[in-house]
Amino acid sequence: MTSPHSTIPHVAATVETEAGVSPSTTDASCRGPLLFLFVAATVWLLVGSVFALIGSIKFHGPDFLAETPWLTYGRVRPTHIHTWLYGFGVQAGMATMIWLFTRLGRVTLQQPFLALLGGLVWNLGVLLGAGGILSGDLAGYENVQMPGYAAGIMFAGYLLIGFCAALTLHQRQASRLYVAEWFLIVALFWFPWIFSSVQLLIHLFPTRGLAVNVVAWWFAENLQVLWFWSIGFAVLLYFIPKLTGNPLHSRYTALFTFWMLLLFAGWGGIPYTAPLPSWMPVLSNIGVVLTGITVLTMFLNIHGTLTGNWKLLGSDVTLKWLRIAIGAIAFASTARIVVTLIPTTRPLELTWFEYGRLQLNNYGFYFLTLFAAMYFIVPRLLGKHVSPGLIRAHWWLTVSGMALAFLPLMAGGMAQGMRLQNSDLAFLEISRGTLHYLRLSTVGDTLLVAGHLILLLNLVTAAASFYRARAAAAVSATRADLIRNPVEARA
Amino acid sequence: MNYAALIFLAAFFALSTSWYTFVLRPNVQVGQLQQTNMLGSSTLYPLSRPGLARQGLEVYRANGCMYCHSQQVIQEGSIFEVMVANGGTNQPAAAAELARLINQSEAEATRLLATLPQMILSGAKRNTAEAAVKALTATGAQAFLWISPTGADIARGWGRRRTVAEDYLFDNPVMLGSLRAGPDLANVGVRLPDINWHLVHLYAPKAKVEGSPMPPYPYLFVKRRVERSPSPNALDLPAPYAPAPGYEVVPTHDAVALAAYLVSLRADAPLFSTPMSVASAAAAEISTNVPAPVATDATNTTAANAPAQ
Repeated sequence: MTSPHSTIPHVAATVETEAGVSPSTTDASCRGPLLFLFVAATVWLLVGSVFALIGSIKFHGPDFLAETPWLTYGRVRPTHIHTWLYGFGVQAGMATMIWLFTRLGRVTLQQPFLALLGGLVWNLGVLLGAGGILSGDLAGYENVQMPGYAAGIMFAGYLLIGFCAALTLHQRQASRLYVAEWFLIVALFWFPWIFSSVQLLIHLFPTRGLAVNVVAWWFAENLQVLWFWSIGFAVLLYFIPKLTGNPLHSRYTALFTFWMLLLFAGWGGIPYTAPLPSWMPVLSNIGVVLTGITVLTMFLNIHGTLTGNWKLLGSDVTLKWLRIAIGAIAFASTARIVVTLIPTTRPLELTWFEYGRLQLNNYGFYFLTLFAAMYFIVPRLLGKHVSPGLIRAHWWLTVSGMALAFLPLMAGGMAQGMRLQNSDLAFLEISRGTLHYLRLSTVGDTLLVAGHLILLLNLVTAAASFYRARAAAAVSATRADLIRNPVEARA
Repeated sequence: MNYAALIFLAAFFALSTSWYTFVLRPNVQVGQLQQTNMLGSSTLYPLSRPGLARQGLEVYRANGCMYCHSQQVIQEGSIFEVMVANGGTNQPAAAAELARLINQSEAEATRLLATLPQMILSGAKRNTAEAAVKALTATGAQAFLWISPTGADIARGWGRRRTVAEDYLFDNPVMLGSLRAGPDLANVGVRLPDINWHLVHLYAPKAKVEGSPMPPYPYLFVKRRVERSPSPNALDLPAPYAPAPGYEVVPTHDAVALAAYLVSLRADAPLFSTPMSVASAAAAEISTNVPAPVATDATNTTAANAPAQ
């Protein structure tokens, strides 16, 4: 078999100047496990967005699918969040992490079967979790609704994948850790800690009253900000210098970003209005404001790397996705900090605003960095281009879908929050006032479903055509062998 | 330069501060909360919910009600006033002090003292109000600090005070909710104490609230043919929602439990940690013949009112 990478032009790498295993060898070593993780993650993304759509349609007519217990709004919505966070977010994030470890460490994937086995176990856990939620076995804490048995299996799956990633990191040939690897190392080891903390408290050792809620908020924040941002930032720090050909503007700024993220990003998440001793929400708000420094320094570092020429980000498929992701995190973080700082806007906390903002953070920033990474990685795993037309279609559907699905929720939430402050307005009127925004977001949800279908189609066709070609090559090699040595082969 | 181990240790330390602050500390502080006394009485608060309501909490959890309903009352501030309940035996001294406090003539103050109880110094700062109470008490008059919680939630009738950690002591899980697509339910048992109202509302929300965007929960009910005589627990449904003649709609155990849980939701006991508590204590002391307002999380009546299965 000829090198699959001959068809793909390699862009000058700024961080791969030393000798070591060649990128094509490392890519080939992670082909099977990573393809599995990426495709499975995309399936969950699609499933989750279908549930999001069902939930959204229920606001058009509350009687829609009301007869079926497992399709009631209160189960459809957590299923959507569960499949997105764990099915796609963590799974595709781990795959990207593993790939970056092999690339940056110039080492082949160690014990690939562990990643594959871990992927199977993780997906089984996510499946049981989704089934548990749909059958009414919710844990009762937002963002961690999976029942205990599913959580245990997911944890085992993570450990297997994580062990494979840690081994690969340990065997690295490169003598110096690139700063992106710092973020990835933290993500690798922090997830089991936060996940086991929250699951043990929910399912095995619950304490009284609100204490478990505090831990669930803390977990959600650590997953959706610290963990997601760590992976997202690593993707930005790797791909932007690599694909633009400009060296990273400042390693020290990146390290500053790293420590700020580590120290303060895990503090947020406790709503200001929560009925708790006031030091908790106050400290949490301080953490939220300090994450602004993280985003700002990251932004400045990218600005420097691009030498102020943001048009460079339009030059490549991967970079086009990253451009939207950077915009999304800048907007979502600024909106959050403004809401935290201005006292009169605190009533936005129990409205659609928070939900829209969180989606913009998770999907708009983190998922988009993963799309960017996938569109770079998968062609290199296969040595085949994925369809650029389909990528473009996916890009447009995502951008328009996000604008229609998330921004109306934020706008509707602001209207809702302002009107809730006026106690002369009947609650029912306020609630019905948000319906226009929700209907608009249904359109966005539909576009996102279409985008995910296209992404899945693109990945699956590329993978199928690769494996078909390999099977055909194997058949013709055997046939050639038979023709050359007919007697020997028959014996 | 290969600092993997060093980075790992430093990161471990940095992250463990967050774990210590938001996992360990809350579990010590909030997780070890004990029952407390309601202000002005020796009643313990909260009491554990009755069994049926606890089963209802499980139904509430299983159907994700928390995704549309919050269970927390938000308070923006408090209004401080002084309630003068009794002039005492030294009326002239009380009148003189009162006149000084409200910046009026003594004659006006004496007139006020004749029409007790009276509220004075409405909207004062807490310190001013407390000083006034002290001054009036010194003259032998009976005066109390009167605190009224304010805020849109309270004006809307969703609660008398903000909710505090004590309110949720015996619930597991506590479902505070993060979105108000529907109204807040922290005190729904106070607003809507009728279990049958809730049953009909769960079966057909629009039968009780015109134009409600809440989805119906028909799977919590059984529609069946009427046997010899109608079931005593059949729902009394208005015209468009009533089943065909000869049929009846009967709540399942889950529906009854859920309604019992909703009726048991009341977080309005006066507590030390909520400023409104002082107001209630004052009220209780003024009219000593009236027992302190009974507001526990446990309403035993819910179980008794529930239609038989």
